[in-house]
Amino acid sequence: MKFEYKVQGGDFVRAGHASSEVKKILKQLNVEPSLVKRVVVALYEAEVNIVAHAYNGMAYVDIDASRVLVRLDDNGPGISDIELAMQPGFSTASSTVREMGFGAGMGLPNIKSNSDEFSISSEVGKGTHLEFVVYLNSK
Amino acid sequence: MTVLDIIKSLGLKVYTETVGMDREITGGYTSDLLSDVMGNAQAGTVWITLQTHINIVAVASLKDIAAILLVKGLEPEPNTLQKSLEEGIPILGTSKQAFEISGMLYQLLYSNR
Repeated sequence: MKFEYKVQGGDFVRAGHASSEVKKILKQLNVEPSLVKRVVVALYEAEVNIVAHAYNGMAYVDIDASRVLVRLDDNGPGISDIELAMQPGFSTASSTVREMGFGAGMGLPNIKSNSDEFSISSEVGKGTHLEFVVYLNSK
Repeated sequence: MTVLDIIKSLGLKVYTETVGMDREITGGYTSDLLSDVMGNAQAGTVWITLQTHINIVAVASLKDIAAILLVKGLEPEPNTLQKSLEEGIPILGTSKQAFEISGMLYQLLYSNR
C-alpha cells in the first residue's frame, strides 16, 4: 500500500498531519503498537524538519507485510554538513521555532533511533532526501 | 488513578471538559521540548508543559499521552483547544509552576507504593 502526503514549509498548524494519518492506517492494519509508535515518531520528526527548514516537500509511505518504508523529499536549503546535523543537540532552527519547543537538535537522532534502516542525503541549495524503514516482523 | 481523579486531587482547571476524563494515568513527563517528549514520554502519562500552541496536541496524540497539563496559568490557544477536542486529548491547567505541580503529581501517583 502506498500513500503520499504534501508537507508545506512554515505551516506548523498542519505539521503532524501525515504522521496522524499513517498512525490511523497502521492501527487499522493491526500493527503492533510499539512499532506504530516508532514509525509515527520518526515520521513526525521528519515532517517537522521540512516544516521548520524547507520550502515544501513530500512524504511517501510504502507499507507491506514486512516493513514500512518512508521517503521524504524536500525543496529547501539542504544540509551542508550531515554528520554535524546528525549530532544530538545541533540545530540551525530559528529562535521562533525554538520558542515553540522545536529545534532542540533531537529530530534526526530521534528518526535514526526509531528506525531499522536510515539514510539521508542532501544538496545545498536544492533539498534533502531522507529515507527510513521500520521492520514489522520482530528481528 | 484517572484523569478525573488527578483533576480533583490537584484542583486543576479543565479546558476540555468533554473528553478523556476516565483515561488511566500511568505517570508524568515534564518538558517543553517537543522532540524530547516525542523521544521519551511514555503512553498514558500526564505531560506537564508551558507550550500552548497546536503542535502539543499532535505530539500528545501520536504518543498516546493521557492529558496535557499547562503550568503557570497559561491557556491553550483557540486552535489548540479545538484540535484537542477533535483528538480526544484533555487539556488541564494549573496556576503553579512546573516544578511544584510535577512534585504534587509525583506524590499523588507514587506516595502509596
